[in-house]
Amino acid sequence: MQSRAQAMQALFDLLADEPVIVCNGFPSREAQKIRDRPGTFYMIGSMGVAASIGLGLALAKPDQQVVVFDGDGNVLMGMGTLATIGALRPKNLTHVVFDNEVYGTTGNQPSYSRVVRLDHVAKAAGYATVERVWEREDILYEFKHMLANDGPHFLLIKVNEQIEDADRVALDPPEITKRFRAAVVG
Amino acid sequence: MAVIDSDDFVKALQDTGFDFFTGVPDTILGGIIEVLSDRRLYTPSVREDEAVAMAAGAFLGGKIPVVLMQNSGLGNALNVLMSLHLIYRIPCLLIISWRGFEGKDAPEHLVMGQTMPQLMETIRIPYRTLSSETLVDDLRWTAQTFMEQRIPVALFLKKGVVKTIQP
Repeated sequence: MQSRAQAMQALFDLLADEPVIVCNGFPSREAQKIRDRPGTFYMIGSMGVAASIGLGLALAKPDQQVVVFDGDGNVLMGMGTLATIGALRPKNLTHVVFDNEVYGTTGNQPSYSRVVRLDHVAKAAGYATVERVWEREDILYEFKHMLANDGPHFLLIKVNEQIEDADRVALDPPEITKRFRAAVVG
Repeated sequence: MAVIDSDDFVKALQDTGFDFFTGVPDTILGGIIEVLSDRRLYTPSVREDEAVAMAAGAFLGGKIPVVLMQNSGLGNALNVLMSLHLIYRIPCLLIISWRGFEGKDAPEHLVMGQTMPQLMETIRIPYRTLSSETLVDDLRWTAQTFMEQRIPVALFLKKGVVKTIQP
């Protein structure tokens, strides 16, 4: 099984300048370490709403592919948003969930994703494409396919619990907003 | 006091520059949401924290967003307002129906109805209470605060100020 950082690296290699919303905790810290880019919005708080931010952006910019890097704890916290996305069906939203089955940032407390199939929930909610993957080749194949086709897509990547040694997000939050918005809106 | 027509209110919001509308319904907001929906301007949300986060995403995409909610939903939205909008300097207009105003409402609305202004002062979100007499000035103030401070700004909406679909 891949670590989240390994999987994230593989996804970044396929991305050009698509905006990416990264959920709070270690995922944002790892994203900053792996590939700092103006088109990445690093969340440091407001757990559970990464997909909501991505959805708002996707609706505001319908011609722009929008990617969300989420976690299992985050999805469980904001599970209603799967219904909103499934109902609205924005074609330009790809919702990636790194599922390590724990609250890794706070000490690996188990999450319910080990018993509740989040991909099944997304399918039932009405996402256009839903895939669950473990291996690097499958991650690359499915993500590439999703970026090239109409969504909304849900890519559940099963990862191990390993956390990358990554610093806190360096930019001040208002700087993240300014830099990201300039990259997206111009 | 004159009742503001829902159509006129939505037009005034659009004239002020607002162009993205989401929220969770309340009876006081029913007329506004109906007009917004008829004009295909409204994206329904399932929770108020989701709604304010969607508004944040829309702002990041160049929109000027509005979130409509009952004041009970303000409780749901608080963490996102405090750990996203306020610290990232992401503005939005919150139109919050004032259930429990002066203690005249169902029991579940009384605590929030009584404490909402203090709550907003505590988290430092500027607010005004909308009236037909001050509508133009209220919206001007809203836009100015939005642009200058880049934080959420709230308009409280009492029953009977804007026309609702239910009598």
